Amino acid sequence: MTTNAQEFTKANKQDVYNHPDYYLLDELLSEEHKLIRSTVRDYVKKELSPIIEDVAQKAVFPRFMVKELGELGCYAPQLPVEYGCGGMDYITYGLMMQELERCDSGVRSTASVQGSLVMYPIYKFGSEEQKHKYLPKLAKGDLLGCFGLTEPNHGSDPGGMTTNFKPAGDGKHVILNGAKMWISNSPFADIAVVWAKNENGKIKGIIVERGMEGFTTPETHNKWSLRASATGELVFNDVLVPVENILPGVEGLKGPLTCLNSARYGISWGALGAAMDCYDTALRYSKERIQFGKPIAGFQLQQKKLAEMITEITKAQLLTWRLGVLMNEGRATPAQISMAKRNNVDLALNVARNARQMLGGMGITGEYPIMRHMMNLESVVTYEGTHDIHLLITGLDITGENAFA
Amino acid sequence: MKILVCVSNVPDTTTKVTFTENNTQFNTAGVQFIINPYDELSLTRGLELTEKLGGTVTTITVGLADTEASIRKALAIGATDAVRINAVPTDAYFVAEQIAAYAKAENFDLIFTGRESIDYNGGQVCGLLAEMLGLPSVNVITSIEIDGTTATMERDIDGGREKLTANLPLVVSAQKELTEPRIPNMRGIMAARTKPLKVVEPVASELTSAAVGFELPAPKGSVKLISVEEAGSLISILHNEAKII
Ligand SMILES: Cc1cc2nc3c(=O)[nH]c(=O)nc-3n(C[C@H](O)[C@H](O)[C@H](O)COP(=O)(O)OP(=O)(O)OC[C@H]3O[C@@H](n4cnc5c(N)ncnc54)[C@H](O)[C@@H]3O)c2cc1C
Repeated sequence: MTTNAQEFTKANKQDVYNHPDYYLLDELLSEEHKLIRSTVRDYVKKELSPIIEDVAQKAVFPRFMVKELGELGCYAPQLPVEYGCGGMDYITYGLMMQELERCDSGVRSTASVQGSLVMYPIYKFGSEEQKHKYLPKLAKGDLLGCFGLTEPNHGSDPGGMTTNFKPAGDGKHVILNGAKMWISNSPFADIAVVWAKNENGKIKGIIVERGMEGFTTPETHNKWSLRASATGELVFNDVLVPVENILPGVEGLKGPLTCLNSARYGISWGALGAAMDCYDTALRYSKERIQFGKPIAGFQLQQKKLAEMITEITKAQLLTWRLGVLMNEGRATPAQISMAKRNNVDLALNVARNARQMLGGMGITGEYPIMRHMMNLESVVTYEGTHDIHLLITGLDITGENAFA
Repeated sequence: MKILVCVSNVPDTTTKVTFTENNTQFNTAGVQFIINPYDELSLTRGLELTEKLGGTVTTITVGLADTEASIRKALAIGATDAVRINAVPTDAYFVAEQIAAYAKAENFDLIFTGRESIDYNGGQVCGLLAEMLGLPSVNVITSIEIDGTTATMERDIDGGREKLTANLPLVVSAQKELTEPRIPNMRGIMAARTKPLKVVEPVASELTSAAVGFELPAPKGSVKLISVEEAGSLISILHNEAKII
């Protein structure tokens, strides 16, 4: 198990990324937003960019990063200070996710899961005791968490889940049985927020801790995507969990879906970050690469790609910023968040594919980040609601007709 | 331990430099400003010292309100408080005079400047400031430790390294190896919201110099390759074509 930064090979290339800002949207950010963005960017350039390629090639989880991201304040910065979080706004959270995913979707996934899918449900639905017990340690990165919703036979349709718990008979514990699949952070997580049905068939959240008997977290190997993030299963074999680990504040699918809203919001900023990195890389390359006696940036076919990329990126930047304002005001609807997630991930995939072509053969190597982003985005377009499912959410929202089933 | 760190606000290292006003003014349009990297080292070293020995780190910046983003960053990195002298930093003498006027009444034990600011690269503030305050100064230091009222420092000299001591109070200027710069974190950024930033009006000072014009270096020419067989022609090419010998 590799845990130290020193165990990865450093690339000798400098990360010169700068974000495109065609419509001067930085003017919509506060000085503090910009300071936070540059802080995360500086950290990424110094500590992560030099090793991220090696991390992804080796598919070894950069465990050291968990603590460092905590020190930086990347886990649920929008939750209150009294639980060890930042008390910042949603735009701050979005900018942090954007800078992390600009580096790698796997890095952002680790932070998203911790902040939006583990800390957020504990904050929103947990007891005061649960909040004080877990949130400060999660915020600092002293504990790593994961979120178990998806099951082998229930992905897009989590309501059909079969993982369940029933009273143990001692009045103090419940017995948990079942299995979750595709769980980010699971192989290294100290705790898992698991969604399971009680004896009445109602979905409840329950905090399972590593070390509880009958609880295992086998790792999923051979992924071609999100190789810098660990993915695995959660297997519960008659696990005895104290009743005080059940989240008291929510029942039903609303629980997990509320968390997904927060995470999907972060993904909409994040995916845009990956797109901006691909664009920045392709633009730079096209000015330096000479073919037929001139930079390839001078050929119309390449300009078409670049011009369309920056147009789509700029539109998405506006959409995402506006969504952030609505989030801050508590007015963003789940359907609006779905639209941003779907739009931005799709756009990022398109930008990545075009940018990759612009780099020719170089585009498939680890010398440049584009192919890694492209492969990562195949997970991002699938998790937290697939591309199709988000379209159905928009469809339902505008027509009132349910086309899911 | 009472430390003062001079922080200047400079264009980002990747800035594409252009000039306006007949090549007498640096064109700041679209330019990102950052804390002078040497000042970031000073600040970090100052914080390391006060974390060990106790005390405060104050930053001082001569600049208009647009420098406050950099000042907030310095506070987010960990400075106790900040002072801004509300004036355009016209030249090194002016800057040193302003800082000296403020520092005189404050009795700092140790004052850091950078070895130079990376915009105009004058490298004079350290010496001027020490002279105006009547204090010893050591420039371009690569390490500093404090024991009681004695500072032990190292600096690179031609072909070697010098180790020296001096008594506090003292003015020093920071060189690259001094320490690793610190990246602020969110908690620091939050704390910076409420840290004091005092704005002080400048003292009267006479202008002692003015920039008459700036010039960019000539663009790099293309490389001319000479095959091994023609190595003998190198001298005549350098002489006749490149005209550098
Ligand atoms: C790398 C990675 C990390 C993940 N991390 C987590 C995690 O941390 N926690 C967690 O709980 N889950 C996680 N997931 C799981 C992820 O959320 C699911 O993969 C996703 O919800 C899709 O479920 P599925 O894979 O079972 O696909 P399915 O639901 O089987 O979908 C297959 C296809 O059918 C389509 N489809 C399904 N239903 C409909 C419909 N009604 N109409 C039209 N088309 C439909 C889908 O769009 C998709 O194209 C992760 C997945 C990946 C790949």
